[in-house]
Amino acid sequence: MTNVTGLQAGESAEEQAFQAKIDREERIEPKDWMPEGYRKTLVRQISQHAHSEIVGMLPEGNWVTRAPSLKRKAVLLAKIQDEAGHGLYLYSAAETLDASRDEMTEALHDGRAKYSSIFNYPTLSWADIGAIGWLVDGAAIVNQVALCRCSYGPYARAMERICKEESFHQRQGYEIMMVLAQGTPEQKEMAQDALNRWWGPALMMFGPHDSNSVHSSRNMAWKIKRRSNDDLRQQFIDMTVPQAEYLDLSIPDPDLTWNEETGHYEVGPIDWDEFERVVKGGGPVGRERIRDRRRAWEEGAWVREAALAHAEKRRQRKMQAAAE
Amino acid sequence: MNETELMDQPAANAPALDAGTQAIFVDYLLHLGDNGLILGQRLGEWCGHGPVLEEDIAMTNIALDLIGQARMLLTRAGEIEGAGRDEDALAYTRDALAFRNLLLVEQPNGDFALTMVRQFLFSAWSYELYRRLTASTDPGLAAIAAKAVKEAAYHRRHSGEWLIRLGDGTAESKRRAQDALDDLWIFTDEMFEAQPGDAALAAAGLIPEPSSLRPDWEAMVERVLAEATLTRPDPGFRREGGRTGRHSEYLGHILSELQFLQRAYPGAQW
Repeated sequence: MTNVTGLQAGESAEEQAFQAKIDREERIEPKDWMPEGYRKTLVRQISQHAHSEIVGMLPEGNWVTRAPSLKRKAVLLAKIQDEAGHGLYLYSAAETLDASRDEMTEALHDGRAKYSSIFNYPTLSWADIGAIGWLVDGAAIVNQVALCRCSYGPYARAMERICKEESFHQRQGYEIMMVLAQGTPEQKEMAQDALNRWWGPALMMFGPHDSNSVHSSRNMAWKIKRRSNDDLRQQFIDMTVPQAEYLDLSIPDPDLTWNEETGHYEVGPIDWDEFERVVKGGGPVGRERIRDRRRAWEEGAWVREAALAHAEKRRQRKMQAAAE
Repeated sequence: MNETELMDQPAANAPALDAGTQAIFVDYLLHLGDNGLILGQRLGEWCGHGPVLEEDIAMTNIALDLIGQARMLLTRAGEIEGAGRDEDALAYTRDALAFRNLLLVEQPNGDFALTMVRQFLFSAWSYELYRRLTASTDPGLAAIAAKAVKEAAYHRRHSGEWLIRLGDGTAESKRRAQDALDDLWIFTDEMFEAQPGDAALAAAGLIPEPSSLRPDWEAMVERVLAEATLTRPDPGFRREGGRTGRHSEYLGHILSELQFLQRAYPGAQW
């Protein structure tokens, strides 16, 4: 049994020192000793996060060529570029834990590694680009602000940088929604339809209820996770409901109520069956997302081989020149 | 000077031109703006599908630069035209016949070799062009060129380095790079071909003579092809017509995607 501090009976001196360091709020760095379980959990979580950034480029990429103004097109391109950059620093953070990028990529492609299941939903209208920025990036920020205090240094530092860019994305997404909500009746309908489709999946981004979350207690003791799924979800709901009201859009939940006593909004039951189906079966476009990633990787193999072959040729020529 | 300041420049600083020269100059600015817009649109198709994450970042970054250039150039064209058309009116409501981009930039992405060869041939040219346009007698265009030349230098270096890696990489990459070069070479003469109005614009110091870019472009291309161990294709059939609105079949499809929302919801704000 793990107690609240993560200490276990019969733990080694190394394990005790490690936990004591975490309890003192000191960060763990790549060269520090760490339990194998800590390393594995972080590799799983960081690579999952990196994969989410990469797969997340696909639903947004779907609207780059159709963005309705040149300004929107430029902003969307910049956002997708940021996401690729986030993927890159997250893979680098995972590499400090001896995971290789090629292995992580392979795990994504053969279905061993997960990514945020929200990206297994399709982007059907321009309003979806607004809804992703507003809701998906909004939910991501709530999660990620908590992760800036994660015990693992490289991950926490990557998060600080990512959070700054994400909040910019969230504002841009909300602004897209605002223009649509104040636009023509068709545009407002487009915005409402997007909210209807993305609200439930956004709530599921925080993961199962605390009572059903498998990894939670140990990850809390290790300070990989600082706040519970339900806590974070509540913060997101409290933040988002008034934003929807301001847009004059309806949250698609007939049971949504404001609880005067607790000072929180309460939502109706979340469709966990759908969540399970999407996580396990890929959801509406999960197969397409992985197929697209795999295809890009396979079709790019000759490019990566050429770059390696050329680098090797240069190295040999340099050595030859030095020998002469 | 940042982008916003450039866009806010009043048309008041437009050079004094007679109506005929002014119309030709607007057409020329559309030519430059459309090159950026259409090539940026093509690169945007790669989003999330690049051969390696670093290239997804690079291609998106180049697309962003090109769309940025297009916005400034189309805005400038609209200001000088004085008919109230802004960047979006120009990008989203003209049909193919009114587009002035080179045929090269509308060619499909093909494989990564084709995309990089297209980028290199174009950027080697646009670098030489923008370098000269920094001295344009139109201060608006000169300021845009000062920004664009730095971007074109990076695009040229990035794509040129890839040509060298691919040409001097594996047998397969060499074959693909050479095929791409052979496919696209027929579109290169168009970059140096003068249109009837260009002499007047050059005489007014607004633009360089198109043919004057050729020696520097040739020298750069020769240098990179030599290092890439690629063979310069024989001058064969040449394709041109972009600047007079005679495009390849691809442009209509590009526009149907680019302009979809503006066409489906006329007059809506986004």
